[in-house]
Amino acid sequence: MSTTALGRRTRRDKRRRNAAAYLFIAPFMLLFATMLLLPLFYAGYLSLFTEQLIGGASFAWFDNYARALTDERFIGGVVRMCLFLVIQVPIMLLLALLFALALDSMRVRGGKFARLAIFVPYAVPGVVATLMWGYLYGDNFGPIAQFMRAIGFGSPDLLGAENILGSIVNIVTWQFVGYNMVIMYSAMRSIPGDQYEAARIDGAGQFRIAWSIKIPAIRSSIVLCTIFSVIGAFQLFSEPKLLYEVAPNAIGSSFSPNLYAYNLAFTNQEVNYSAAVAFLLGIVIMVVSYVFQLSTARREKKGARA
Amino acid sequence: MSATSSTRLAVLPPDQRRRTKKRGRDLPPGEGRSPILTIVIWVCAAYFLLPLFWLLISSTKDNSGLFSSFGLWFDDEFHLWANLVDLFTTRDGVFLRWISNTALYAIVAGLGSALLSAAAGYAFAKYDFPAKKFLFAVVLGAIMIPTTALAIPTYLLFAGAGLTNTVWAIILPSLVSPFGVYLMRVYAEESIPDTLIEAARLDGAGEFRIFWQIALKIMVPGIVTVLLFAVVHTWNNYFLPLIMLTDPNLFPLTLGLAQLQAASEAGGGASAQFSTVITGSLVSILPLVVIFLYLQKYWTSGLTTGSVKE
Repeated sequence: MSTTALGRRTRRDKRRRNAAAYLFIAPFMLLFATMLLLPLFYAGYLSLFTEQLIGGASFAWFDNYARALTDERFIGGVVRMCLFLVIQVPIMLLLALLFALALDSMRVRGGKFARLAIFVPYAVPGVVATLMWGYLYGDNFGPIAQFMRAIGFGSPDLLGAENILGSIVNIVTWQFVGYNMVIMYSAMRSIPGDQYEAARIDGAGQFRIAWSIKIPAIRSSIVLCTIFSVIGAFQLFSEPKLLYEVAPNAIGSSFSPNLYAYNLAFTNQEVNYSAAVAFLLGIVIMVVSYVFQLSTARREKKGARA
Repeated sequence: MSATSSTRLAVLPPDQRRRTKKRGRDLPPGEGRSPILTIVIWVCAAYFLLPLFWLLISSTKDNSGLFSSFGLWFDDEFHLWANLVDLFTTRDGVFLRWISNTALYAIVAGLGSALLSAAAGYAFAKYDFPAKKFLFAVVLGAIMIPTTALAIPTYLLFAGAGLTNTVWAIILPSLVSPFGVYLMRVYAEESIPDTLIEAARLDGAGEFRIFWQIALKIMVPGIVTVLLFAVVHTWNNYFLPLIMLTDPNLFPLTLGLAQLQAASEAGGGASAQFSTVITGSLVSILPLVVIFLYLQKYWTSGLTTGSVKE
């Protein structure tokens, strides 16, 4: 060991800095481990057991998963969420992008207020949004039904089995267009101005600028919004749970996988099976968002080569 | 084209002219506001505002008024005050209790998670320590974990520890925000110069003093963003309190309103309290709307940081 005094000193500094860094992350990591990782592993553990009438829970390997994969109610819920996602996420993100482009083009009078108006629903709790839209859709005193009756049509059955998915799409879209719009708009505002100058000198119009400069520049924001929307869509819970009160027949107890897992655990007392359903849902979400990320990364590479 | 906009400029009164010119800096030469685009956007904005307008109007009606008048305009009688009195006196004023519970949960969880995220994000951004890459990858991966899918095992663990039906059941899980850590890391990387930290070290400041007195101050806009979104998340959370709480005295607004609604649906015509539910909904969204409008500058700048970086 032929360390100089200076070397010893920097090493001591290094150690002290490492200690400080660990102390800075320790509180978060501790809660992260107990509130996120522990429940995650516990769910995995629980899902490997089955309850029996006699003798309590017994280890059953992947029986619960096999059961879930052939459970029409679980599969039906996942398929319904896929349908929901395929309709809702593109509508929401396209609207958000169009609003962001329109507002960023500076060609809208009162754009600042329009931006706030579109964003305000984000501050409304999902519970309140659902209660409110539930009333708006309703036959009793909903203005939609009132209006349709006034112009001579029957009141539309927006809470019926055929329309309920569309009605929920509308609620979720209403709530989250503004949030996504603000993210995309903020990203657009940070595009350096000289890029536009060059495009204008080339004679590019607003649409051309939007398509060739703005949208590629905010790509990563769009990807981020998409992933969060997909995760959110799969976890749909409050809306069907609350609309169940006003439309029990149209919703049922397994409308979304999350609602199904909740009802399994708290109504049927099938905790182990519920854990398997929740775990499986988590895996579906991870796989879908991972595949999405992978495919956008590949497309990006292809675009770079072209 | 440029001729028309300069004529319009000349027609405007001087003070307005200056404003137009200032705004016009961002506009390409020869392109002004578009009336068609303005109308389209404002029609869309109306769609986002109409339900809230309906809520405002409806909170001025009593139960029979809701049924007998058109939803988007006032009834002959004005019942807002009576509805508010009803709302705050039903069941011995439990609604006020719900408001203070919600505020308590949201503020404690918001402040706590913002501070935890700031400390962790700062360490990830400014220190090189063993296992940093691995730990950050784990945190980042956790953003993908659907938190509601964890709710049931979390409930079982809390039940085992005897913590269900306590405030901790709501606050503890809400303190953890992996996305907040990610956001704070990006923010710290961009806003705190390494040279500043080095200079403070040369002056003999300890690591904690540097964080507490220098870094935290610089990170304020980012912290406000994380705080705001944690507050909204906790304020709006329904699933977690639904499974954790059975004591109405601990309910947050979301759970309380859902219960009121279920009761008035089940009660049918006789004991229906639709006007109470509607007025309660209005009251429960006002605080967040006000906070968002007031802190607009902060969250928009914070969001930019988080979203631009890959």
